[in-house]
Amino acid sequence: MNAKTIGIILNGSEIHLKSNSLKELIDSLNLSEARFAIEINREIVPKSQIDNYTLNDKDEVEIVIAVGGG
Amino acid sequence: MEKLVVGSREFSSRLLVGTGKYKDFQETQDAIVASGAEVVTVAIRRTNIGQNKGEPNLLDFLNPEEFIILPNTAGCYSVDDAVRTCNLARELLDGHNLVKLEVLGDEKTLFPNMTQTLEAAKILVEDNFEVMVYCTDDPILCKELDDIGCVSIMPLAAPIGSGLGITNPYNIEIILENSNKPVIVDAGVGTASDATIAMELGCDGVLMNTAIAEAKNPILMASAMKKAIESGREAFLAGRMKKRLYASKSSPEDGVIR
Repeated sequence: MNAKTIGIILNGSEIHLKSNSLKELIDSLNLSEARFAIEINREIVPKSQIDNYTLNDKDEVEIVIAVGGG
Repeated sequence: MEKLVVGSREFSSRLLVGTGKYKDFQETQDAIVASGAEVVTVAIRRTNIGQNKGEPNLLDFLNPEEFIILPNTAGCYSVDDAVRTCNLARELLDGHNLVKLEVLGDEKTLFPNMTQTLEAAKILVEDNFEVMVYCTDDPILCKELDDIGCVSIMPLAAPIGSGLGITNPYNIEIILENSNKPVIVDAGVGTASDATIAMELGCDGVLMNTAIAEAKNPILMASAMKKAIESGREAFLAGRMKKRLYASKSSPEDGVIR
């Protein structure tokens, strides 16, 4: 874990994180139980890679879920 | 009823339903169960940041083991957004490759942008998606989507959420004649008879959302739609009588008391 914070764009909003661990971000969003998918800088991050994925400053992260739709 | 085969999958119901516009997830689930639908569409959206632990999720109410989840690309106005959404959906659903492609052209009509739809369809088919495609009821463009390799052609019967019914049955007939793939009317149905008309024309199925969700009693309408689809299909298979201008007696001429 880095001592300094990093800034990322999460679902269109800038946020600052103390940790660069993607897993910690997911946990902090209370998503660990949910079905979701992640794209970072327009690349899908497969579920199997989440645990070891390291975020970088200025990463653009999209986290999506399924919602009602027709 | 005989199964509906779409790409590599078989559906037991010819009614496909959306999950939008319901009061809550419980009502969504109740309506879908009453409809007998096996294929249910969902949208893919950004999660709320800072959602509460244990906040209910649509897929808790629609188990992907029980239903065939059909993620859509609703809200996408470009090839790029539609393709990204499909990739996210495939990851979200553990590699499930069946998608409903819709690339919209205009907020007010929600008509598809067909040039973008054709382009997105090509990319997705090449990337091994099974593409069910929302499209205009233009027979030539429907044929192109068929040739590209979409697994189902889904022309609109009227604008999404309009409930106007089957506004151009003649085009739907031509599309059916030209198509090697299942043709599913997607959008425009308002009530049970509209669904029956689509099925009587020979459509392989109907996809609807608002007609059920905006009914005063969605659960009862879901049940009505189930029956409407089944009756329409059976009537199509039975082959309707020819129309004639004048009456034709059903009771014998002979033996009438005088």
